[in-house]
Amino acid sequence: MQLENHASKTHLPNKEDTFLQGVKDCIPTLLGYLSIGFAAGVVQKTAGLTIAEIALISLFLYAGSAQFIMASMLVAGSSGAAIIFTVFFVNLRHILLSAALSPYFKHLSSFKNMLIGALLTDETFGVAINQAAKRKQISEKWMHGLNITAYLNWLAANLAGAFLGQWITNPEQYGLDFALPAMFIGLLVLAISARKRIKLDIFVALCAAAIVVGFSFFSSSSLSIIIATIAASTIGMVMEKWK
Amino acid sequence: MEIRWDLFLIIMGAALVTFLPRVLPLMILTRLKIPEWGMRWLSFVPISVMAALIAQELLLNEGSFSIQENVISIVAAVPAVLIAVWKRSLLGTVLVGMISIMILRAIF
Repeated sequence: MQLENHASKTHLPNKEDTFLQGVKDCIPTLLGYLSIGFAAGVVQKTAGLTIAEIALISLFLYAGSAQFIMASMLVAGSSGAAIIFTVFFVNLRHILLSAALSPYFKHLSSFKNMLIGALLTDETFGVAINQAAKRKQISEKWMHGLNITAYLNWLAANLAGAFLGQWITNPEQYGLDFALPAMFIGLLVLAISARKRIKLDIFVALCAAAIVVGFSFFSSSSLSIIIATIAASTIGMVMEKWK
Repeated sequence: MEIRWDLFLIIMGAALVTFLPRVLPLMILTRLKIPEWGMRWLSFVPISVMAALIAQELLLNEGSFSIQENVISIVAAVPAVLIAVWKRSLLGTVLVGMISIMILRAIF
């Protein structure tokens, strides 16, 4: 373990930085988005979208909650402008994830950073930031391995839902719906354990959770997530400075 | 294999407004020197956003706060947290979480 840590802090390429390692590091998260993607496929098919349209949305939008919302707004007959504005809003939290990853990709050009950011999701962010805890920069190949695996899994899950949704009516009975929160729990615990500020981190996490619940009474959940992330991170920053 | 033209435009519009927040900070901030307090602020983002997402998944139901509706999920989260702390394994956490909720749903 000691040796491994030592090796990863150097800039020499090692086996942890390969595309294949990125693929492997994505595997634990696949179940979480398989169930959500499957459900999204079912909902989109039910909303009257064709298989080609579902593939198009999965590949170009590539965002779970936004795809559900888009399907329901299409059914409700919302205008294109309203749908696009809502999707923008729901996906705005990516701005925070992208910013938090930026210190680890300073070695890449803007174009290469665009390719990495284009496939950024909650899960790939969580895995990547955990990888970052061990080193100063994240390998481009490793990140592509992680991103592309998650991306193809998402497309496959959406299509599976669209094709098989009518036969598998209750994926909940296999506990699949809990794979997503369990994945977030794992990512949070890994993020906290990689740092040496356990008490402060737990306090910040509790603040974020409390703010989400507090704001849920008078704002949408996507806005609550953004407010909670900004506010709790600020609390953490200020409290760390006081110590 | 048909794609409606108006839907195509909506999808592309939604894709563009999703793409920009994903890529712009990575493209711009990697070129800038972020001040020390900014780096410290960013270092708390992973903790805050994951905790916020967990709270949304476990404590909210259709956007409103409810413990009763989520009691099984909250109980199932306990072994998931324990295994995450003990084993530091993402896959282990996901599997234990899924098994826990299957058992709880079978009992209750």
